[in-house]
Amino acid sequence: MAATGYPIRRATPGEMGGMLLAAAAVLPLLMIAGMTSDSGYAFHASLSAAAATASIFLIANRCFRPGQVPAPLEIDGRPNYNMEPVKFATVAAMVWGIAGFAIGVIIASQLAFPDLNFDLPWVNFGRLRPLHTSAVIFAFGGNVLIGTSFYVVQRTCRARLAGDLSPWFVILGYNFFIVIAGTGYLLGITDGKEYAEPEWYADLWLTLVWVVYLLVFLGTLARRKEPHIYVANWFYLGFILTIAVLHVGNNLAVPVSVLSPKSYGLWSGVQDAMFQWWYGHNAVGFFLTAGFLAIMYYFVPKRAERPIYSYRLSIIHFWALIFLYIWAGPHHLHYTALPDWAQTLGMTFSIMLWMPSWGGMINGMMTLSGAWDKLRTDPVLRMMVVSLAFYGMSTFEGPLMSIKAVNSLSHYTDWTIGHVHSGALGWVAYISFGAIYCLVPWLWNRKGLYSLKLVNWHFWVSTLGIVLYISAMWVSGIMQGLMWRAYTSLGFLEYSFIETVAAMKPYYVIRAMGGVLFLTGALIMAFNLWMTVRRGAEDVPQRDLTPQPQLVPAE
Amino acid sequence: MTAMTTSTYAWLAHFAQSTGVLYFMGIFLAVCIYAFWPSNRARFEEAARTPLRED
Amino acid sequence: MSSLDTNAPEPRKSLWSKHKIFETNSIILVIGVLLVVSIGGLVEIAPLFYLRNTIETVEGMRPYTPLELAGRAIYVREGCYNCHSQMIRPLRDEIERYGHYSLAAESMYDKPFQWGSKRTGPDLARVGGKYSDEWQLAHLNRPRDLVPQSIMPGYPFLAATRLNYGDIADHLRANRAGGVPYSDEMIAQAETDLKAQATPDHPRAAELEARHPKVQIRDFDGDAQRISEADALIAYLQTLGTLVDFKIYDDKANIR
Repeated sequence: MAATGYPIRRATPGEMGGMLLAAAAVLPLLMIAGMTSDSGYAFHASLSAAAATASIFLIANRCFRPGQVPAPLEIDGRPNYNMEPVKFATVAAMVWGIAGFAIGVIIASQLAFPDLNFDLPWVNFGRLRPLHTSAVIFAFGGNVLIGTSFYVVQRTCRARLAGDLSPWFVILGYNFFIVIAGTGYLLGITDGKEYAEPEWYADLWLTLVWVVYLLVFLGTLARRKEPHIYVANWFYLGFILTIAVLHVGNNLAVPVSVLSPKSYGLWSGVQDAMFQWWYGHNAVGFFLTAGFLAIMYYFVPKRAERPIYSYRLSIIHFWALIFLYIWAGPHHLHYTALPDWAQTLGMTFSIMLWMPSWGGMINGMMTLSGAWDKLRTDPVLRMMVVSLAFYGMSTFEGPLMSIKAVNSLSHYTDWTIGHVHSGALGWVAYISFGAIYCLVPWLWNRKGLYSLKLVNWHFWVSTLGIVLYISAMWVSGIMQGLMWRAYTSLGFLEYSFIETVAAMKPYYVIRAMGGVLFLTGALIMAFNLWMTVRRGAEDVPQRDLTPQPQLVPAE
Repeated sequence: MTAMTTSTYAWLAHFAQSTGVLYFMGIFLAVCIYAFWPSNRARFEEAARTPLRED
Repeated sequence: MSSLDTNAPEPRKSLWSKHKIFETNSIILVIGVLLVVSIGGLVEIAPLFYLRNTIETVEGMRPYTPLELAGRAIYVREGCYNCHSQMIRPLRDEIERYGHYSLAAESMYDKPFQWGSKRTGPDLARVGGKYSDEWQLAHLNRPRDLVPQSIMPGYPFLAATRLNYGDIADHLRANRAGGVPYSDEMIAQAETDLKAQATPDHPRAAELEARHPKVQIRDFDGDAQRISEADALIAYLQTLGTLVDFKIYDDKANIR
């Protein structure tokens, strides 16, 4: 602890600049808060003013702490890694993940028991569903991606993360975006485009954060001591760049005024639809696939202690995947008013996408060839391999559903929801869980996880949850699709719409139960990680032991 | 801005379809050649071990 | 550094020259990624703005009236699109259930488009005029009173909340900046038009009808004392799918 009163050192130019910028933002934000007639917007402006004020104190506080600034790039010839932002992102990912899964359970229950909407604005299904999707994709997934990317890029470049304040700006700024977006949905602030609901001011803030993220990542690559940029970083870079392009393209909008949270997009109707699903499908392709494949390319070889099965295949995988994915968006718009030529293009590329997807899956799985026994002893590795199996399953199902004839049945039904969750729970969440189980002992310098037995429990409980979830949605989706198009022998539609809704009820209950199991698994995980940080390994020493360079105290 | 007529579109679509295939195959081949070029082999094998080397 | 030194087969260069090449590499990667990912988007999106037949030629489409626009904002705010589509596909059962398949022209002024991706509830593209205002209001208040098996949330707060329309002209202006053909007059008179639409026998009703043909003028929520959010939302719902006159629309002329 530093002595009170006197700073140990002067602020660096970067710290001064950061404090001045934050200070300059406070007054305008308070003015907006005072002048707007929208209470939700006033809340957001006040929250931003508070965050700006807090960041001034956080930056100033650094000057009272000992330690060399800027931190040395190397200590005793070894890279002086900056892992504090990674730790923050890891904790944030777990917190947001549990929140997001819990909201998922709530909205699943609302569909089975509509009284749970309580006739209130803030908690009705229409407002909570974007909260669920954003919490799991952007809050949980986003923190996993930013955290692991900062970890992997440092370790594979053997260089300290670029920037002094900037990595913190990225992590804290991103999580502040999450808070603004999430509270906005509850208050009715949304632009109404799926998976891109945050309004104009949140979008602008995210753009700024994202540019700094790209610069930190590129700056670290530029510092590297390895001759080759490891392929995981290719996937991270593809994810960061493409998400930037998609985010800006889909969210170009004209605000009603500076004092209104509402904006109207530049695009309308059919063009807006095409932009939206170009964005939406590539959020799947680059956020939920490329980013998490980067995790796969680092953590699976690391955990299995063997190099990736084929590095050459990974290069082909990368280019083929990013080339093909970007075309697939129109398969969300089959049989709509989007011109046929665009639908056909979307379908063709979606089917071709099956090949690189399976190439990547095989590459990950075959990394274990000769070491399959590890699946028996290491539940963390098993979780990651099962995630690849789910990846393979949902990337087979996806092309299938993009075929127009299949899509005419599956579209608008729960089949889509089931498909999404086999990818989201089975692939994205499992590979993330695997990565976090690896990361926590590494980051906190523990010999291993507190309990592998609990990892095993987590694995089985949540796998059962996923199976319940996706099989319920397959049945309800296909059933509802068939009921909609069923005719009587006299040529009349056999079912009214509400009859098809009533038929869904048992499956909605099963789905909610699946969600509860998945959430339970995540809670087991959180407990295990908490105990790992507090107590360290309980079991016999584990294999994932990696020597860590001594971290200097946070600068 | 002047809107394109349908025949311009038909021509454009034909052009895009024929050259598009070539373009895609071209990129794909270039990537494959790069990946399988014999003298790159050692580099890639070295790169694949990046995560396993400890410092 | 030691691992690099033992493994690097190429002749030693100075650290500076190596560094430069590495930087170039990551920039090459950036450029390559941008090139590869931009092509698909350009080819699929750009023609939609230039090809005349992307949006059919129809009679009757007009931008939303100020009250409908305010109602649409509430539709978006409550996330109705999470459960209701507004896009009827040209499939036999959908046409029989919901009406003529949706045209691109029918959403040409929609910011954002609300085609939706899920039908937890029925499609709403042509819900306008299907039910009375009273039904819509009662259904929004307590859906299960009218449809016992419905799983829709209740929205009783809409009829109880005054519509906030002080900046409605700015909403029209922002739409115009994005290409919706609102005239100066429509923007200047937006607030008057909004009130006139929700008030039967309003003195400015004729002007409203001249500016916005086919406008439905009623007290939508049955409460003449004030303009509520339910007024706006029902006005929007009642206009959905009613603008294009399909009696004179020629399907064959617009095959794409």
